[in-house]
This record gives sequence, C-alpha cells and structure tokens, in this order.
Amino acid sequence: MLSDSDRIFTNLYGQHDWHLAGARARGDWDGTASILARGRDAIIEEMKNSGLRGRGGAGFPTGMKWSFMPKKSDGRPAYLAVNADESEPGTCKDRDILRHDPHKLIEGSLIAGFAMGACAAYIYIRGEFYNEMVVLQTAVDEAYAAGLIGRNACGSSYDFEVYVHRGAGAYICGEETALLESLEGKKGMPRLKPPFPAAVGLYGCPTTVNNVESIAVAPTIMRRGAAWFSALGRPKNAGTKLFCISGHVNKPCNVEEELGIPLRELIDKYAGGVRGGWDNLLAVIPGGASVPLIPREICDTVLMDFDSLREVKSGLGTAAVMVMDKSTDLIRAIARLSQFYKHESCGQCTPCREGTGWMMRVMYRMAEGRAQVSEIDMLEQVTRQVEGHTICALGDAAAWPIQGLIRHFRPLMEARIASYRSQSLPVAAE
Amino acid sequence: MADQEFPAEPARFVFDTQSEAEIAKVLARYPQGKQASAVLPLLWLVQRQMARQTGSAWLPRGAMDVVAHRLEMPPIRVYEVATFYLMFNTKPVGRYHLQLCTTTPCWLRGSDDLVAACKKVAGIRAFGETSADGLFTMTEVECLGACVNAPILQINDDYYEDMDGELTVALLERLQRGEAPPAPGSMIGRQTSAPVGGATTLLDAAPRTAQPVTE
Amino acid sequence: MVKLVVDSIEIEVAPGTSVLQACELAGKEIPRFCYHDKLSVAGNCRMCLVELEKSPKPIASCAFPVGEGMIVRTDTPMVRQARRGVMEFLLINHPLDCPICDQGGECDLQDQSFAYGMDHSRYSENKRAVTDKYLGPLVKTIMTRCIQCTRCIRFATEIAGVSELGATGRGESMEIGTYVERALTSELSGNLIDICPVGALTSAPYAFVARSWELAKTDSIDVLEALGTPIRIDTRGPEVLRILPRADDDLNEEWMADKGRFSFDGLKRRRLDRPWVRRDGKLVAATWQDAFGAIAARLRGVDGARIGAVAGDLCDAESMVALKDLLAALGSQNLDCRQDGARLDASRRDFYVFNAGVAGIEEADALLIIGSNPRHESPVLNARIRKRYLAGRFPIGVVGPGAALTYPASFLGDAPSVLTSLHDGSHDFATMLQEAAKPMILLGQGAVARADGAAVLAAAWRLADAVGALKPDWHGFNMLHTAAARVGALDLGFVPGSDGLDLDRMMGGGVDVLWLLGADEFDTGRIGADTFVVYQGHHGDRGAARADVILPGAAYTEKDGTYVNTEGRVQRAWRATFAPGEAREDWRIVRAFSDVIGQTLPYDDIGAVRARLEHVNPVFARVGLKRFGAGDRGGPQGDPAALSADPFVAAIGDYYQTNPISRASLTMAECSRTYAAPRALAAE
Repeated sequence: MLSDSDRIFTNLYGQHDWHLAGARARGDWDGTASILARGRDAIIEEMKNSGLRGRGGAGFPTGMKWSFMPKKSDGRPAYLAVNADESEPGTCKDRDILRHDPHKLIEGSLIAGFAMGACAAYIYIRGEFYNEMVVLQTAVDEAYAAGLIGRNACGSSYDFEVYVHRGAGAYICGEETALLESLEGKKGMPRLKPPFPAAVGLYGCPTTVNNVESIAVAPTIMRRGAAWFSALGRPKNAGTKLFCISGHVNKPCNVEEELGIPLRELIDKYAGGVRGGWDNLLAVIPGGASVPLIPREICDTVLMDFDSLREVKSGLGTAAVMVMDKSTDLIRAIARLSQFYKHESCGQCTPCREGTGWMMRVMYRMAEGRAQVSEIDMLEQVTRQVEGHTICALGDAAAWPIQGLIRHFRPLMEARIASYRSQSLPVAAE
Repeated sequence: MADQEFPAEPARFVFDTQSEAEIAKVLARYPQGKQASAVLPLLWLVQRQMARQTGSAWLPRGAMDVVAHRLEMPPIRVYEVATFYLMFNTKPVGRYHLQLCTTTPCWLRGSDDLVAACKKVAGIRAFGETSADGLFTMTEVECLGACVNAPILQINDDYYEDMDGELTVALLERLQRGEAPPAPGSMIGRQTSAPVGGATTLLDAAPRTAQPVTE
Repeated sequence: MVKLVVDSIEIEVAPGTSVLQACELAGKEIPRFCYHDKLSVAGNCRMCLVELEKSPKPIASCAFPVGEGMIVRTDTPMVRQARRGVMEFLLINHPLDCPICDQGGECDLQDQSFAYGMDHSRYSENKRAVTDKYLGPLVKTIMTRCIQCTRCIRFATEIAGVSELGATGRGESMEIGTYVERALTSELSGNLIDICPVGALTSAPYAFVARSWELAKTDSIDVLEALGTPIRIDTRGPEVLRILPRADDDLNEEWMADKGRFSFDGLKRRRLDRPWVRRDGKLVAATWQDAFGAIAARLRGVDGARIGAVAGDLCDAESMVALKDLLAALGSQNLDCRQDGARLDASRRDFYVFNAGVAGIEEADALLIIGSNPRHESPVLNARIRKRYLAGRFPIGVVGPGAALTYPASFLGDAPSVLTSLHDGSHDFATMLQEAAKPMILLGQGAVARADGAAVLAAAWRLADAVGALKPDWHGFNMLHTAAARVGALDLGFVPGSDGLDLDRMMGGGVDVLWLLGADEFDTGRIGADTFVVYQGHHGDRGAARADVILPGAAYTEKDGTYVNTEGRVQRAWRATFAPGEAREDWRIVRAFSDVIGQTLPYDDIGAVRARLEHVNPVFARVGLKRFGAGDRGGPQGDPAALSADPFVAAIGDYYQTNPISRASLTMAECSRTYAAPRALAAE
C-alpha cells in the first residue's frame, strides 16, 4: 500500500488551502528555478527515466512525447496545451487537481513548457467545470503576481505564459487535435494525422498536448527523482495514479495509489467494497467508458495497470473504475454508453457519425430484448466496421464497450431476447 | 421561415461595460491575428450577459453576429461553433437550468430518480422543456466528470453532488420559494471526493513540508 | 522523387503527392466522396481507405502523403471490408429514393454502391430525415440525401469565396446550410450541384425534368460572358434542358458561372421564329422572300457610305465575317462591334486581349484591377484570382468603383488620375507593382467604355510598361471583356474601315440603312428616325423592337460557330438543337441575302466561311490559345495625359440581365429579384 509520504496529490480532497501559500507549504514551487536550470535535455531525460506514461488514457510515455518537439525553432513559436477537458464517463480525477492542487498543474506547465521550448501553455478546461476554472484562473493570477510565470518565470530568465481557455460542452475536445481546433475557435473536429501536433499543432506551430495529471506530477518527479517514481508501481507501469471508483461501491471516492494495485484491493480498501459484498459483483469497467468491461472472474485477480488490463482485453484508460453489482441491467448500462458516444460524435467522418447512432439504437433494442439473436453478430460486425476506420479514436471508444459486452455477456443478451419473445408471443397470437 | 427558429430575438445585442472589460482580457490571451480563438470566451460572455439582463442564459442570433463581427469571422463560422458546443443555448432557457447527468456512472447511482423528481416539481414532461413559470429548463447532459459523487445535478454553473430524489425535490422547491440556491458540492456533507465517512488516506493533519530536491 | 509500390506496381511520384494520387498514377481506381482535386482535403468520408504495410489500420489515402518505400495495397480483404463498411454506413440514413432523384444515373453514391457496396442493408432502424434548406433560386436541396462530405462548404469557402455555407450541429444531427436561410451570394453557386456527389444539391430549374440517360450531349461554348467557358449542352429533342461545364485546367478548371448555366430557359421565350417586316409602322409577319425583298428595295440606290452594321455581343465569328463581306460588297466600311462605346484599339491584338491567359493569373505576383468588377464580368476568372490570392503573397489593388470581391483588395480610388500617380510612383501601391516579378494589369470595359477610354487605355499600357509588366516572357497587360463576340469581332476587323463610321457616328441619321446583327446592348433610341433598321437575331429584344425588318437567326446553341474568348482563345461550338420555326443559322442568312441582291458571297458551307476567316486573320486557323510575351512595347493610340476626372463606373449593372437570352430567362429574372441589384435598376 502506498504510504502518504509517497503521495503526490497531498491536497486531493481539498482539505487544505489551494492558494499559493498553501501550495508552497506543501512543497509546490520549491526550487523550480533550479529544476529549470538543469536544462531542457536533462528534464526530458528525467521524465523518460521516470517511466511516466500519459495519464489521459492512451498511456504514451510522457518524456518521449516531449522529446518529439523540435529542438531548435524554425521561427515558429511552440506551445503546450494542457488537456483539462476531462469528460470520459467515470473519470473525475483532473477535477480534483484543478480545484485542489492547481499550483501543481501550473508549475508542471512551466517545467513541461520549458522542456519543450514552448512560449505558452493553454489549459483547456471543460466548460462544465466553471467553479474549477475560477479556482484555476485565480491560481494562475497568483503565480503571475509572484513572478512564477510570465516574464522571467521564477527568475529563470525564461518567459512563459499560462492561459486558461474554457470549453463549452464537447467530449470530443478531449481528443488532442480536436482540442487544438477548438482552441483556434473552430468546432472541435479532430484533424487528420499526419501531420502530428509536434510538427503542426496550435496555429500551425509545434505543440504538445498533455493530460492534466501527467503535467501535474512532473514537478514532484523532478524533485524526488525518476528513481523514486519508477520504483513505485510495476515495470513499464511506473508510479502512482489517481483512481476514480464509482458505481455500486459502498464509498465511491478518488484515491491516489500505485499502478498495479489489484482491482479488488482498490475497491475493498478505499471504496468500502462492492455494495452487497464482493460476491455481488457483476462486472467492472476499469478505465473509463471506452474500455471494455471485465466480468467478476477477471476482477478477482487483475492488477490495475496498463499492461495487466490489456492482457485481459480491456485497458487502464483513465483509471476510472465503474463498479456494477448484480442488480445492474448490464445491457442498458452499456447502451447508455453507446448513447454517450452517439451524442458526442462530432459528425465529421462517416463510420462514427453513422455507426454510433446505429449501435446505440440496436443496443437499446438489445436492452429490451426486442431483437434477433443473429443481430448480436451483426452488432459485433458493425463495431468492427467502425473500429479503426475513423479519423480519431472516438470510433474505437464507441466500439469497445459493446465488444466487451458481447465477449463476456452474450448469454445474457440472448436470454433477454428470449425473454422478450416469450412475453410478446401471446400478443402476436392475438 | 428562418426567424421562427429564433424566438424572442432581442432587437439588438450590445456588449455591456462588464462584458467589454472581460473581452479586453480575453483577447490578450491569443496571438495577433488569431482572435478567432476568442469565439468560445465571447459566446460565454454573451450568454452570461443575457442571464444578467434577461434572466435567461442563451445566445440570440443577433449576438452571434456581433461576436462574428468583433472577431472578424464569417457569421456562419460562429453559428457552427454555437451549435456544436452543447452548453450554448440557442433558445432561451429558464432561470435555473437543470442539467441532469444520466450517463452510466450517474445512472448506476440513481439519476433516474433525479429526473423523475425534476419532472414532478417543475411540471416538465420531457428533456428540453421549460416549466410554465419559466423558472426551470431541464436538459439531459452527458457525463459531468464528478462520477465519484454521482448522481449530479448541475444548476447553472454549480454541481449538486451525491443527490437523490428527495434531495432534488427539496432543492427545487427551495428555488421555487424564491430562496437562493444552497452552496454547491456534496449534499450529504462529504469532503469532496473523499469516501463517505472521511478520508482513509492523506490523514496528516498538517500539510507535509517540501521534499528536498534530489540531484 | 519518392518511390513506392502500389499493388506490386512500382512508381515514382513527386514528394507531397497523396497516396490516393499515387494510386491513380499507378492506374488504380480509388473510390471517394469527400475528396475533390480542386478542394482542400477533408478526409471525412473514409471511402478511400487503403492498406499500408506496417500500419495496423487502413489509411485515408486522400490525406496521407506518400513516403519512400511505402507498400500500398488497394485490393485486399481489409480494404474491401472497409469500403463495404463505409458504403453501408453512408446508405443507412440515405433515403434510397433513386427512382425520383435527379442525380440518378450520374450519382457517385449510386455508382460506388454498385461497385463496392453490399447487395442488401442490415439496418432496420428508422432513417434520419433532414429539413431541406434554402440556398437561393438555383440550387434545390434535398438534405436527407446529404452524406456530409462537406464538398459544398469547401467550394463555397475556398473557390467561390463566400463563407456562408457551414455544418451546424454535430454528430448525426449535423446539417449543412446557411443557418439563416438566405440565398448564397455567389455567381458560381451552380457548381455546388456538380460538386455534390449525391442528390442533396440539385438544379432547381432542372428538377424532375429528365433522366440523365435520355439526354443528348453537345459540346459548346458559354457565350454569355467573354471567358468562353467550355460547356456541354444537354438536350432532349428540340429542347435544351441543362448546361454543364466541361473541364479545362487552362481555362475554367471545372467551374462555370450561373448566368451561362441557368439562362437557357430564355432560349424558349421571346424568340424570333419568323421574319417580320414593318408596314405602316407595325411589324407584320412575313416570308423570307418578303423580308429580303424589303431590305433589297430599301438598299437600292443607297450609297455604301450610308449603310452600316453593328455586331452584338453573342455573335459567332462566321456570321460577322459574312456580314462584313456583305457590307464590303455594298461599298461600306461602317462597321462596329463596340456597342458599349469601348475605345478599344484593334490595331494590335495584345492591346485588346487578356494576354497572360486565365491560367497566367496563377503566375502573377501582383494585380491591379482597373475599371472592372471581375466577379460580375467573369465569375470563373474571378475564382482564378481568388485561387492565386489563397496561394499567398499576392497584393491586389483596385482602381474603380468599390465592389464586394471575393478576396481582399486595396481600393486605390475610382478616378483615372490614380493611374498617373501609380505611374509616377507617388502612389503607395506602385511599389507593389514595381517589386513584382510578374505584375498584372487587368483592364475592364468600365475603364475604356467612356469618352476618355483611349487615354485610359494608353495610360494603363504605359503603367504596365513602367512597372515591368511587358516582358518577352510575360505579358502583364490584360483586357477583360464582357462580350463573347468582342475579341473575334476585333480579330476579323468588325470595326470602322479607314473612312468608316463607328457606332456613335452611325447614330442620329449617320446612315440610312443599319444592319444590327444581334445588337441589343446600346440605346436604340439614338438611331436616326429615318434610318432603316434590319435586325438579325434570335430574340425580340431592344434591337428587334426598333427594326423595320427582322431576320430570325439562331442562338448559340443552335448553330456551329467560332468564338474567340477574352484571352484570344479560338473555340468552336457545335449545334445542339435546331433554331425554332423559320429561323436560320446566321451566316447562311447573310449569304442568302447576298444572293438576292446579286452580290453572292463566295462560300457555300461553313468550311468555306472558316477558310475565309483564316484568310482575314490567321489566328482563326488554330483552335486554342497560344500565349505570347510582350514583343512590342509600343503602346496603343491615345494620349495618356488626356484623362478625365470622371470616376470609373461598373461595366455591368445587374449580373443576371446582360443579354437577350438572360433577359428572357425566368430563372435569371428570379435571381435578379433575389439578389436585388439596386445599381441595375438605376441604370435602366
């Protein structure tokens, strides 16, 4: 079990002061100038050595991502975009950083921005987080006033701006190129890749987009060292992680723990256990809405990290654990996620625009049982027709929950169809 | 034909001094020539000003044209944006905009009860409707990103967390009585996202001091 | 060059080529909906997916740049599966109302469904219905058929330069439209119909008129403006039902202007389908014999110097050379083709053509527009200017009336004196022209159709010379005409001979007999009360109203003809239908009349007329365009210092009403009302 002394987010629950004074008391902004003084390459090397993988869902090594930025400017400025568009169902970890530990994020933005040669960070925060935005903006103002950012940030002779930009209700803006489009004042429609943002990003300039948590842990990694961070967790799945445990548990909560903690331990120890006991568990969605669910048998033993969950054909995603007990209408639960993706599809490319609606409609029929058994296969095929054929990963995200359901709970779907039949047959006979 | 889609369109929209002060700050955030970036912030300012002036936070089309003109964008590009981002209301809404999350994490914890409670108290039959007294508009929204405090009812800017049907009824009735809304956050007294009954981690009373910088 | 392999065919392509283009070069057909080679890449339809070795997912070939050593496969199970999937998705919400769809038979969705789709749909949910949108009188929308490829948005934004179309809403609720239900303010809107790969945007006038496979197709030239856009005339029996552009990258690319596309209903209205002769002040129907007899009788004893002819804006070169020959036989040199009074100098060809060519606009690096609104005078040429503007670093200055162009331009003033200050370098914009390697001066008819036109012409030439626009490899002096017949007429010398009268001097009794060949664009009230007027043409318009004898001729769709466009490009049109009633091809009318008066012209077929044209001017020998640099910098007649203070005015008032055909068109009348042009009303 992770000890409190190894926890990065020491004000996770907002039990302390989030303002600059409080943040400083917790160690933020301590010796930032000396971190910057180590130089770009050293910072990136430290991040690489820490083994930090992006906390936004895809798990791409953060240090490597920073290293893709041009070492020398061709005249264009470079930007850091911080993805605070937290909207993946089940996920509410960045919200706590934004409202309770904003200075970690701002300091991390400076360090990351410096390491990649960026002139400014735009923190793109989802529109619904109005109060969180107010806190963050206040913290940014505090940092400016204290000379921590802006001209000659922290006395490092490096100039770095931090801006807060508020979204307005579009999940897709969490996709990095959609986020950039939105920042440019357009609809949040993902861009075609290549070119990648590190070459052509915001305003056509080199840009890196990082998740809030990835950026916010950077200062602590720089202070305590890559060795400390990488010693936590499991090989290739290093460090601590914020977990969000929601759904049918006795005490839903956010908690910071080591990667690789067993799912069952996470639920039992921090979330007060599954409602009605572990045996009442039906299934868990372990990493936010877009990863396939895993049934109880897998939950018994699976570890909560990128590679362990991939092995069971699911994913760590954002580490948002949605617990569903045996009272859950699982088909409906997944159908509601299909509705989510249909609602959030930007509409740009064909498979997603058309496929998400189709999948949702079939899923709601499946929830009723008003379907043919053969349609389960058809539905599966439709998910395959969407997956891998779209501009961005939203298509995949819409397909996977359904694939997970069919993979593990096909008999449930068939039984639902049979039951609908048996109830409606007398009507048909009239 | 066109204008039917824009009910209660005010004759003219002009940014007030409060909005203008904000606009000056907003425009300073973006590089020269990239003022289109300010379209979301400016639309937000329109919506807030409308709420201030009319009690209904929405975007009249004339105001979108004002934003387009200010940012030197073709109006259609602003219409596209205004209709793409679902927090912008292209029709008037009630004074209290009830935004109900019904996505799976909230649904698992009883968001259906909240929906039923809102319908009952506000006398609304379906999402998208506004109550007869103009007090409430009920909108179904997707995941609000506060799932460990599900279910959530967002009223205007504020999240009311750990809700249930009864709490919802009480909250709405309070608003109907003309009382100010309560402070947002957990409605059952939780410390934000910590587990019910108190945190099990981060138990030090005092914040820890800084870790030494390793080299 | 980049080497790659497409389906085991090794090819080399230029860097920056897309995989889709590379596949086409390798001879592989890649289906697509959103991709269009004249528009930006959207990559949204996902129909062009191909397999790329080492890529786990298929790639959108339209948007993916080629790389060295790539191995691309266009016909694998993965690709076929992906295409089938996309086709199925596109069709689930498509109404499949092909039997009543005007796009039927020429629909990309239909064709590609046939080639790449499945034989049945597995979609059993309700289909989406989308409200139709209003885009103006020309483009009909059936938005339920829309597949959201966004070609129309990109066309409007990029080519037409009117950012009025967009996609509002999102996801499956995303809809294409203007949001405010206002007509698109573009003179190129008809191209939306061509560019829409499905039946969502179709031609309003053509709605439910015909099936595409019933139509006979004839190549022709758009004569309603001077660009001479190559067109295809679709007919069924005697009727023109549709006009579409042909593609020519050197000229119109794929575009065509709305007036040329939609005026054809004017071909059926107000037609002159039989000869008429004025008797006792009233026009009465007559036979050809009577009509010719009446003219011959009036001509008897009239001195050649008292006879004149004016050629109109839509005339083919054949009829003009015939009329010129007839007048010569009658002893007259009183010819004019400049109804607008343009002080054009016909003595050298590069004084009156668009020397750089339309495609040359893309080579220019600065542009000065004088007395012209290219958007109205030639919307397609204007699109080329916009294309050049979008390519970057292209300063554009305008001397003349301020007009809403589709690109940013500096308005330098509307007085001719600006030319002087540009020439002496006192005007800021002069630097832009001087610093350009290939400066372009575009002179419109508004600059020369005025009393001091010759001076303006000379001043513009002098300016062109001064800024280095006249070089052996670059001719930056360019005349933009508004009349399709004009350059041909100048080429064959339809201007006053050495002792001849121009149009002005033929007015007010300057001649006794005046032959109007389709001339309707001047004030016929200026013709002397005693002048005997022969009107030869196809519409009962201004000229016919004043005529003493009417000879019914053929419209451009009804005759083989040669036209020379504003660039000096010689082009041929073919007959698509027969002229109505007793109307005849125009050169034949002149030839027949010459016979009646015993001055038989020496040609019996069109080949002989064309041989005569070549004899008159060798440019007619070669169909097409050969661009020349400026060989001789010596300028046109006219004193560049004799400029007046009068501001330039637009050559065209109402874009939709510039000739007898468009004035007879109900569609154009509706456009005119929709886009209410106050200036046009004032000019009438």
